[in-house]
Amino acid sequence: MSIDTATAARVAKLARIKVEEAALPALAEEFNMILGFIEQLNEVDVEGVEPMTSVTPQRLKRRKDDVTDGDQQDKVLSNAPDAREGFFAVPKVVE
Amino acid sequence: MAELNKLTLSEARDLLRKKELTSLELTQSCLTAIEEGSKLNAFVHGTADIAVERARAADARLAGGDAPDMCGLPIGIKDLFCTTGAPSQAASKILEGFVPEYESTVSQKLADAGAVMLGKLNMDEFAMGSSNETSVYGNAINPWRDQQTELTPGGSSGGSAAAVAGDLCLAATGTDTGGSIRQPAAFTGIVGIKPTYGRCSRWGIVAFASSLDQAGPMTKSVRDAAIMLEAMCGHDAKDSTSADLPVPNFEAALTGDIRGKKIAIPKEYRMEGMPAEIEQLWSDGSDMLRDAGAEIIDVSLPHTKYALPAYYVIAPAEASSNLARYDGVRYGRRAKIEASEGITQMYEKTRAEGFGAEVQRRIMIGTYVLSAGFYDAYYNRARRVRALIKKDFDDVFQAGADAILTPATPSAAFPIGAMETMDPVQMYLNDVFTVTVNLAGLPGISVPAGLDKNGLPLGLQLIGRPWEEGDLLNTAYALENAAGFVAKATKWW
Repeated sequence: MSIDTATAARVAKLARIKVEEAALPALAEEFNMILGFIEQLNEVDVEGVEPMTSVTPQRLKRRKDDVTDGDQQDKVLSNAPDAREGFFAVPKVVE
Repeated sequence: MAELNKLTLSEARDLLRKKELTSLELTQSCLTAIEEGSKLNAFVHGTADIAVERARAADARLAGGDAPDMCGLPIGIKDLFCTTGAPSQAASKILEGFVPEYESTVSQKLADAGAVMLGKLNMDEFAMGSSNETSVYGNAINPWRDQQTELTPGGSSGGSAAAVAGDLCLAATGTDTGGSIRQPAAFTGIVGIKPTYGRCSRWGIVAFASSLDQAGPMTKSVRDAAIMLEAMCGHDAKDSTSADLPVPNFEAALTGDIRGKKIAIPKEYRMEGMPAEIEQLWSDGSDMLRDAGAEIIDVSLPHTKYALPAYYVIAPAEASSNLARYDGVRYGRRAKIEASEGITQMYEKTRAEGFGAEVQRRIMIGTYVLSAGFYDAYYNRARRVRALIKKDFDDVFQAGADAILTPATPSAAFPIGAMETMDPVQMYLNDVFTVTVNLAGLPGISVPAGLDKNGLPLGLQLIGRPWEEGDLLNTAYALENAAGFVAKATKWW
């Protein structure tokens, strides 16, 4: 599997990371190197093996559906790059 | 008393309890050492005010007579742990200015036990790296040098390793996703243990790869590792993968008696092109354990070769998901945009400016292997291989092995910048002996065991059965006693 610059651009878009046009060939080359390393996995016979979901056989704990936290608006907003009137502010999303 | 900062946790604990020392004296000695050691670039955010306040509180508690083991002991905290009121940036530009309103469970447990936080420690950005060269704070420097050459302390917990090895603090927290505690410990001649997955709560630790991440202590001795690990462990309702198991007294397990224990030597770890010194150290270690009464057995872990490629699918996949939260909306840095640009440009510019090259690379690799059409071929295949890697270990333990002995790293610490011209995969090979342990969720410890021809420390790794950190620490203790590693870096900073 070889990654071309169009695929590299698509991956960057999916990852929401701006990559300049000029940087795409080098990025595609890096992807190919790393994916080439990963390709070794194709040598392994994985027939009948379930994909691992948890290293320890455990059932995630459950708790009652109670409110255990909240009412901390100031703290939640304290690190926001732009907070106004008790909300996170972002550039206009809809026209 | 001179140079209190050079004490181990256990020595300092005993002196505090005998009232021959106060936590304030100890803390001030470390604060001075941190100032003098600024060239190591280990501490990146000082918290002297918090330290002095906690030291005074610890002294009051010690005077009361029922203080826990960690009470009054000054330690460093890796920048990956969120700490209330103190910058916690994961060494990334994207978290510039972030000051958490909450405390990670592990650092809270240490604080509750009376430990004194001196400051935050350098690391690779988002814990992605093996040399501490991807940090927004610049490189951390190894106290050990090769002649005049500056060396990396390893990574990602490079600041933690440099700080402990350079006696800037008595011990430090680290985190380990693929070897990030054990490799830097080996590079700096200290002890580092990654406990069983689920032993330490991950709550409040900036997430890299959630199915692999574990916190652990980095210390000057195995006894110190036992003391500090016990304070860090325990069930936490805020981490659904945290194990609801009692935490044993790990220090009490240190008898040094390993007679009759079966120590396994896995043949697949004898890598092609392995330096003769590493091979020698490994066989010396196995002789030491045999002399201490253990039985050495040869075993096979057939899927070892596939651990790194599986890791470089699974870890980036989880990272791409975990790091999606850094979007410039709720915390951290937001990029400036043009009036004509909208929210998508804001996300894309913020993430391009805020993440370094290695982090961007891993996010994008993770995005690719999870994308439609490739999920089965890459991600599911890697998870299947992971199941086989774990089964290899299960079989060895089932056959009666108590622990597995391997080298900790394929080399001693290398010069800063040495990997710059190499492709990223060369750097990934640093974790070849440690990454299997994360994939299988097992406890692993790195113990300093010798010096190479240039006088640099080398470490051996012991891998234990799940949840049997006590037994693992005891085997490590026997190895430590036999190896008698006492060398320290000559102070040049």
